[in-house]
Amino acid sequence: MTYIPHTDADREAMLKAIGVERIEDLFAEVPAENRFPELHLPQGKSEMEVAWEMGGLASVNAAVNEYAVFLGAGAYNHFVPSVINHILLRGEFYTAYTPYQPELSQGTLQAIYEYQSMMCALTGLEAANASHYDGATSLAEAVTLARAHYRGKRKKVIFSPSINPQYRAVARTYHQGSGMKFVGDKGSATIPDLIDMLDEDTALLAVQYPNFFGQIDDFNGLADAVHEAGALLCMVVDPIALGMFKSPGALGADMAVGEGQSLGIPLSFGGPYLGFFTTTMKLVRKIAGRVIGETVDKYGRRAYVMTLRPREQDIRREKATSNICSNQGLMALAASVYLSLVGKSGLRRVAELSYHKAHYAAQQIDALEGFSVDFSKPFFKEFVVQCPKPVAEINDALIEDWGIIGGYDLSKDYAARENQMLIAVTETNTRDEIDTLVEALRELAEA
Amino acid sequence: MTELHIQTNDAPPPLEPLIYELGAPGRVGVNLPEPDVPTADLPDAALLRDEVDLPEVSEQDVVRHFVRLSQLNHAVDTGFYPLGSCTMKYNPKINEDMARLPGFALVHPLQDPETVQGALALMYGLQQWLAEISGMSAVSLQPAAGAHGEFSGILMIRAYHIANGEPHRTKIIIPDSAHGTNPATTSMAGLQAVEIPSDANGDVDLDELRKVCDENVAGMMITVPNTLGVFEAHIKEIVEIVHEAGGLMYMDGANMNAMLGVIKPAELGFDVMHYNLHKTFSTPHGGGGPGSGPVAANDKLRPFLPGPIVDVVEQGDEDTPPLYGFVHPPQSIGPLKAFWGNFGIMVRAYAYIAAQGADGLREVTRHAVLNANYIRVALKGTYPMPFDRFCGHEFVCEGHWKDAPGIHALDISKRLMDYGIHPPTNYFPLIVPEALLIEPTETESKESCDNFIEAMLKIAEEAHENPELLHEAPHVTPVGRVDEVRAAKQLNLCCRPVSHE
Repeated sequence: MTYIPHTDADREAMLKAIGVERIEDLFAEVPAENRFPELHLPQGKSEMEVAWEMGGLASVNAAVNEYAVFLGAGAYNHFVPSVINHILLRGEFYTAYTPYQPELSQGTLQAIYEYQSMMCALTGLEAANASHYDGATSLAEAVTLARAHYRGKRKKVIFSPSINPQYRAVARTYHQGSGMKFVGDKGSATIPDLIDMLDEDTALLAVQYPNFFGQIDDFNGLADAVHEAGALLCMVVDPIALGMFKSPGALGADMAVGEGQSLGIPLSFGGPYLGFFTTTMKLVRKIAGRVIGETVDKYGRRAYVMTLRPREQDIRREKATSNICSNQGLMALAASVYLSLVGKSGLRRVAELSYHKAHYAAQQIDALEGFSVDFSKPFFKEFVVQCPKPVAEINDALIEDWGIIGGYDLSKDYAARENQMLIAVTETNTRDEIDTLVEALRELAEA
Repeated sequence: MTELHIQTNDAPPPLEPLIYELGAPGRVGVNLPEPDVPTADLPDAALLRDEVDLPEVSEQDVVRHFVRLSQLNHAVDTGFYPLGSCTMKYNPKINEDMARLPGFALVHPLQDPETVQGALALMYGLQQWLAEISGMSAVSLQPAAGAHGEFSGILMIRAYHIANGEPHRTKIIIPDSAHGTNPATTSMAGLQAVEIPSDANGDVDLDELRKVCDENVAGMMITVPNTLGVFEAHIKEIVEIVHEAGGLMYMDGANMNAMLGVIKPAELGFDVMHYNLHKTFSTPHGGGGPGSGPVAANDKLRPFLPGPIVDVVEQGDEDTPPLYGFVHPPQSIGPLKAFWGNFGIMVRAYAYIAAQGADGLREVTRHAVLNANYIRVALKGTYPMPFDRFCGHEFVCEGHWKDAPGIHALDISKRLMDYGIHPPTNYFPLIVPEALLIEPTETESKESCDNFIEAMLKIAEEAHENPELLHEAPHVTPVGRVDEVRAAKQLNLCCRPVSHE
């Protein structure tokens, strides 16, 4: 039997000790008419057969190690140093549970404490939690924090329309029963437009930085206006961009949330990823999820432990602001290892490489007949291209004829953005790949 | 190390320096290439920061640091982990390899579905298998954890009543033995948790249940077998009472390891439930996550599932495989997270179910229940037990004795560490005093169970003869008991001063 060590002699001895004849006798309290139903599943397979079957399924997918990829929109093909996978495969890390018993979990606890410290450094805020499920649920929990902060009395949330559409949708799913109402993101509101929407009922204003279109908005006066209205400011950020751009803390944000997948986590068809969440010490007691703090053990030795526990669901039950329990702890470890490896200078380097390559690609594409790039604001590693034909059509040709996974079709989320492609370029894209993309687009425009 | 940790007072040195205490200015742990494109002008300096305060360490510094940290952990791979309600079973290694196949690990979630048919076929297959295991009619793999699955299910119940013109149905009935996530989920969905007591046998008190079942009931959340480890004696009656009142039944699937091939939740009358792939289906707990908490529904609730889910969008034939794609359930509560769920965890669970097959899964449950009852019977005369009946895959005993004053479940838990065993879940369920919730799982051998029994019996002796040994425990772990009060009062969540440059 697979992964079950019992021998016939073991079973016999154990049943005798329990005082029953057969294992079936232990299920006497299960309604007899429903007991032991047929399961229509395939026969169990040997390890070899499992590997064959799954290898077959994997092989039909177009993986980014065989294609040039210019698709981003919330998940990015950044470089993942080899060390990370080797650390994640330490059984002591990945087969451990939540560190409720600090004496047996100092490894996990210290690694997460270091993760919190590095996320604080990155975002310029003072406190981080041990992770959420992904960037989208981090934003939803920012709304939860704002709601709790105002004890449900302020009900309005202002979302910039240039926040990732999926994130906005997830926040709405989360809050369909909480009484919060969402405004601001139905049209094409600018930052000043969003500021105009602030009022006494506003709990939170959220923007994305760089925004969904890769651009850096002008946030001058934003934080002051939000705080004057008595509300909180949340920024959805790309952690790689924070290697070169000013931190949300420096811009006056009360919370910075986002997707940590770029920090050493593979694309993996959308998950598991890493929702990060940082805030101020003033708000930390309203933060959802696990938080690791430094302390000492009984000998006075430095040690780490889960803290601010009374906020959490297992203690506070129906009064907890969030039900989160399992998080993405191992992915936070990946981010710790990544940020340690790249360090102070390497993160800047990854950011600048992405920036330079994206700008090279943008200039080349903008020079093509029929294509134009939106240069109206500074951008980081993604940019919007107005194309001469539907994006889906271009992408079909790119993958079939050129081995290229093209950019994101913005018309899927923004009806006004017909024929607009969001292109992402990272340090993993070579000049050769970029030149091939440019050549492909040139030919496609002419075809 | 930039500085030696010289003891300046009585405090012993840290077990492992912080990563920030290692390395030297200018050191880098990864070698990145020079730009192969002409460089662009950087944006206005006003938009840029000076530097990020990150560590400066070599690759080897990083490897040694994290390997040394890992060695401070107890894990399933290092020893017995009988943590009730968590199902800390062995995590098969092939699952890790499968999740790392480039065709799974290196695929972008927004690629054209036609380029990811293998990934979609896997998700579709897993949806079908999970539905078959529970008897439900459809599954959404999107929730990222058990609590996330619960949240989906309760939002679905809410949406169902609203769609039926009964928005006043806002009460969710929850037994007092429930996981904390149940009431927290209910509040998060904007509904009211109504707690009802258990009876002397650990079952739901039917009279109390009838009392709260009125026209405002939205549904009931219940764990099967319940968190005391027992199959509710009147489960079908409970379902009937709630259904008659117009409520829906939610099953918390945390304890599915006691149900595989033994009973299908849908056949008991449940309308919606979640699975924990990281419990029942062997995917690792990762030190707290990532997990995966798919939600399943019967015909009544399937239109409300969070989406998208995978379906066949073009039937295949003998020569061509079917074409899979994402579809949105017609009355979906909406997306619960970005993209499609924790796909890498789905791959691991798929590998596990494929390896087990129908018969293997039933053996999983049979042996999980065998191990739990074996340990229960062995401890019965020594540790007080609130109920003397067969258990499912876990059971609860009490960690205290009248003739050993001052000994608590916590002391027993800490002393177990000295025997190389992770403590059981303690102080849960809340309705049992000094609770120790013990779940061995099927992957532990008889020797492993015997070793645990022996340690528990020895500790009971120690508790009576040498209680200090327990109060001072653990003695052989990397650190002693930690000061949790200090952690909360002198809040230190970050080792660096934050700069607002």
